[in-house]
Amino acid sequence: MRAAGDPVADVAVVGAGPAGLAAAAEAAAAGLTVVLVDAGERPGGQYWRHGPHDDGPPGGHGRRTFAALRAGLTRTRTRTLFGHQVWLVQRDADRFTLHLRPAHDTVGPGTRALTARSLILCPGASDRQLPVPGWDLPGVMAAGGVQALLKGSGTLAGRRAVVAGTGPFLLPVATGLAAAGAEIVMVCEANPLRGWLRDPGGALREPAKAVEGAGYAALLARHAIPYRTRTAVTEIRGEDRVRSVRIAPLGRDGRPRGGVRIEVDADLVALGWGFTPSLELPLMVGARTRVDTDGSLVAVVDDRQRAGVPGVYLAGEATGVGGAALAVREGRLSGLAAAADLGRAVDEGRVRRLQRAVRRGRRFATALHTACPVPPGWTDWLEASTIVCRCEEVTYHDLCHAARDLGARDPRTLKMLARPGMGMCQGRVCGFATAQVAAALTGRSPQAGDLLALARRPLAAPVALSEIAALDETAANEEN
Amino acid sequence: MTGRPAGGGPAAPGDTADLVVIGAGVVGAAAAYFAARSGLRVTVVDRGPLAGGTSSAGEGNLLVSDKEPGPELDLALYSQRVWREDLAEHAGLWEFESKGGLVVAASPKGAGPLAALLREQRARGIEAVDVARDELRDYEPRLSPDLAGGAYYPQDAQVQPMLVVAHLLRMARLAGARVLTDTEVTGFLRAGERITGVRTGRGRLSAPAVLNAAGTWAGAVAELAGVRVPVLPRRGCVLVTQPLPPVIRHKVYAAEYVSDVASSDAALQTSPVVEGTRAGTVLIGSSRERVGFDREVPPTVLAALARNAIALFPFLASVQAIRGYLGFRPYCPDHLPVIGPDPRAPGLWHACGHEGAGVGLSVGTGKLLAQALTGRPTDLDLAPFAPERFSPPTEPPTDPSTDPSTDPPTDPPTEGNEPSPTTR
Ligand SMILES: Cc1cc2nc3c(=O)[nH]c(=O)nc-3n(C[C@H](O)[C@H](O)[C@H](O)COP(=O)(O)OP(=O)(O)OC[C@H]3O[C@@H](n4cnc5c(N)ncnc54)[C@H](O)[C@@H]3O)c2cc1C
Ligand SMILES: Cc1cc2nc3c(=O)[nH]c(=O)nc-3n(C[C@H](O)[C@H](O)[C@H](O)COP(=O)(O)OP(=O)(O)OC[C@H]3O[C@@H](n4cnc5c(N)ncnc54)[C@H](O)[C@@H]3O)c2cc1C
Repeated sequence: MRAAGDPVADVAVVGAGPAGLAAAAEAAAAGLTVVLVDAGERPGGQYWRHGPHDDGPPGGHGRRTFAALRAGLTRTRTRTLFGHQVWLVQRDADRFTLHLRPAHDTVGPGTRALTARSLILCPGASDRQLPVPGWDLPGVMAAGGVQALLKGSGTLAGRRAVVAGTGPFLLPVATGLAAAGAEIVMVCEANPLRGWLRDPGGALREPAKAVEGAGYAALLARHAIPYRTRTAVTEIRGEDRVRSVRIAPLGRDGRPRGGVRIEVDADLVALGWGFTPSLELPLMVGARTRVDTDGSLVAVVDDRQRAGVPGVYLAGEATGVGGAALAVREGRLSGLAAAADLGRAVDEGRVRRLQRAVRRGRRFATALHTACPVPPGWTDWLEASTIVCRCEEVTYHDLCHAARDLGARDPRTLKMLARPGMGMCQGRVCGFATAQVAAALTGRSPQAGDLLALARRPLAAPVALSEIAALDETAANEEN
Repeated sequence: MTGRPAGGGPAAPGDTADLVVIGAGVVGAAAAYFAARSGLRVTVVDRGPLAGGTSSAGEGNLLVSDKEPGPELDLALYSQRVWREDLAEHAGLWEFESKGGLVVAASPKGAGPLAALLREQRARGIEAVDVARDELRDYEPRLSPDLAGGAYYPQDAQVQPMLVVAHLLRMARLAGARVLTDTEVTGFLRAGERITGVRTGRGRLSAPAVLNAAGTWAGAVAELAGVRVPVLPRRGCVLVTQPLPPVIRHKVYAAEYVSDVASSDAALQTSPVVEGTRAGTVLIGSSRERVGFDREVPPTVLAALARNAIALFPFLASVQAIRGYLGFRPYCPDHLPVIGPDPRAPGLWHACGHEGAGVGLSVGTGKLLAQALTGRPTDLDLAPFAPERFSPPTEPPTDPSTDPSTDPPTDPPTEGNEPSPTTR
């Protein structure tokens, strides 16, 4: 519960990943009072993950950046609230009230609400998943989840792994698993990725990424990992858990080519189809959205990371999936912009440099998205009995029935009639796939409005009814 | 499948039908179904998808328990027969469940008016069982021990309204109807005073009869024809819990609203309405506010919903809500729906303004309209629902903040429209 007389912060930053840490550090360095909130127990987000028992800088690229940002927060005595999940944001004339709940039981009652004059939202993204027959078997995981497990607890989820999907993120997952002792049977990249691996930076002038890519190429070679392009996992087999995986070459149209299949034994399948930005909080405060090149719904910002709602800034994956380096740049820019808007003097030259760096990073991200689309024909590998929504056990057949017989022509109507996304995860897992299935069944590509209908979540996280009932109290406390 | 497009498909110019239905909500779907089955060639148009309006933003209770004697109760009882007899063979398609309603009085003060209402309702043919304080938990084991008593209404039932819409339209198509989604009605075709069809974003549709089933937006549609039908939005919010094993068997709500009837506090009313769904989630309603089409729900409303529900079922305190949603009930100042031909614009018919009971009343409304449209006598007198009751003289638009009536909690919603977040 908020202590009486608790001051209103200049800015509340939600998310302590690369974007949020950078935002908080910049805003604090510019003289703002900052409070930084994250549901996780430690700073770092998805990218800078800690091992189970260490407090030092985590592994991964950019650890010097991480150390510097964290030192900045310590120096400015920035207030941090870890283990606190924001489930509701309330916008009043001159302030925002964030309603919090403990993300884990260990935190105890914790802080229930805090107020700030402006808000920087850096909520990151989650794994984007595409169903495939057998993906609900134990041993099948999202690529980000495999990586999180590996980084977070050093746990190896299996011994013989197939890593499949699209995009450069498959590489650290494969090399990470190999380094931890797993045998990588194959990396299946769905797209041709002409030259990307050989010349990862290419003409894109993104030196850091190029170096990273070249490094992975060397690692793949060192671990003798077979890397196949234009190939996808089209079926996962096993009874109680994964035993084998069927792999098919994809044609130019992105559809599995008829006939040819190979089957390999595996006990771990890591599927990486990109990331879905977490838009609950941005939408809650009224951010506008667009469909990004990768097909995800993302929030729209101006060239100073402003959301078009007074006092609201967004940075990181929520504005478009672009990786940690871009997230840091956007975070810094948002912190400076918030400081400038609250009347602090900021170095406009630096702002412009960051703006250029953000634009560069966006161009690179867009080029990557263009090179790594979800294969347009992926729904061909679904079988009638394939589960699309795991919470509600909705099958592909159920979706086909709703579309063909009941007249659902858009993802929201599909959800109303067949229930994908109605369960515990509220479509966080199956929303993208449902929108794509709707598109494939009706021949109408997903519109921003369709995706928005699935992305809006009036509660950013599940919350006990007793906590909702106590909203009045918190509101009353804000009055004094 | 009929081979006809479920949606889409441009309206060919010069396209004709016997009846154009504006609105693919539950009311429009029911009217289309009964009209098509009566032999009329029907075209349904909706500017959005099917069930995209209030019909996917409410709950699906078919209630008699919350109605006071009068024309609405008569229509509710008539609709009960249509659900249970005419449509009996299809009940499974829309998850019809005759679960029964339990109305509870929190205090002896609430028990008195409830008993009085019960007497009147019984006189009108409603089945109701008195439930003494110590019997309440035989019906609902998890109810709070602190309640004063209640009544059990075996006729109260539940459906999944979006499935009702989809299947009624599917069966209407089987009977020859056509459904055009993403097609907005932008005006009417006229021959003198007469309405002879509609203008849509995709062309004209000619028909000697046009039915306005545009729900909460029916006032705007009526205006296109130059007549006044004062349908206004009344916002309702619902919380949805995590899926639970079956713990709440009936629709359970508090009788307190009965003693509130004379209240003029129109700003916000919340009476607890709690029920389980087939999927295991528990729906918690419901609020009533007249705030126009504002989608931003203040936290105080959510808090009131949660608090009221916990008062009835204390175990809910530790249960998680996974989402909330809201909808806009179509209400008229006299809280009666508008059903029938409009003598002010011959050829125009209305079926709108069903407020918090449109799902329950839809099938009765549809069947009565089909009778009237085909020139047969109606099973129930439509006079109390006549459109022309609103004019002349034109009353000034009702100020939402001074309308004193409080209507019963016919509604907690089915999985529906996402409220845009609870803010401000
Ligand atoms: C599971 C996973 C693993 C990944 N692993 C790698 C990898 O190994 N290598 C790589 O290059 N990239 C990886 N990525 C991508 C990389 O993490 C992102 O590019 C980068 O982290 C983006 O930074 P960010 O600050 O935008 O978001 P994140 O780093 O995701 O940070 C967002 C933070 O916001 C917090 N948050 C969100 N909502 C709330 C809320 N309501 N209340 C409180 N806190 C909230 C989260 O707890 C999180 O800590 C991974 C992504 C995921 C999803
Ligand atoms: C929270 C809540 C709980 C509820 N609970 C219950 C309950 O338990 N039981 C019950 O019986 N009722 C309940 N209701 C009420 C019920 O949902 C409504 O009465 C009912 O859905 C109204 O149906 P309708 O077909 O009239 O309107 P709608 O479903 O809104 O359909 C109207 C259609 O008209 C279309 N339209 C509008 N203008 C145009 C145009 N110009 N051109 C083309 N199309 C147009 C719209 O797109 C819409 O699809 C509840 C309502 C709410 C909000």
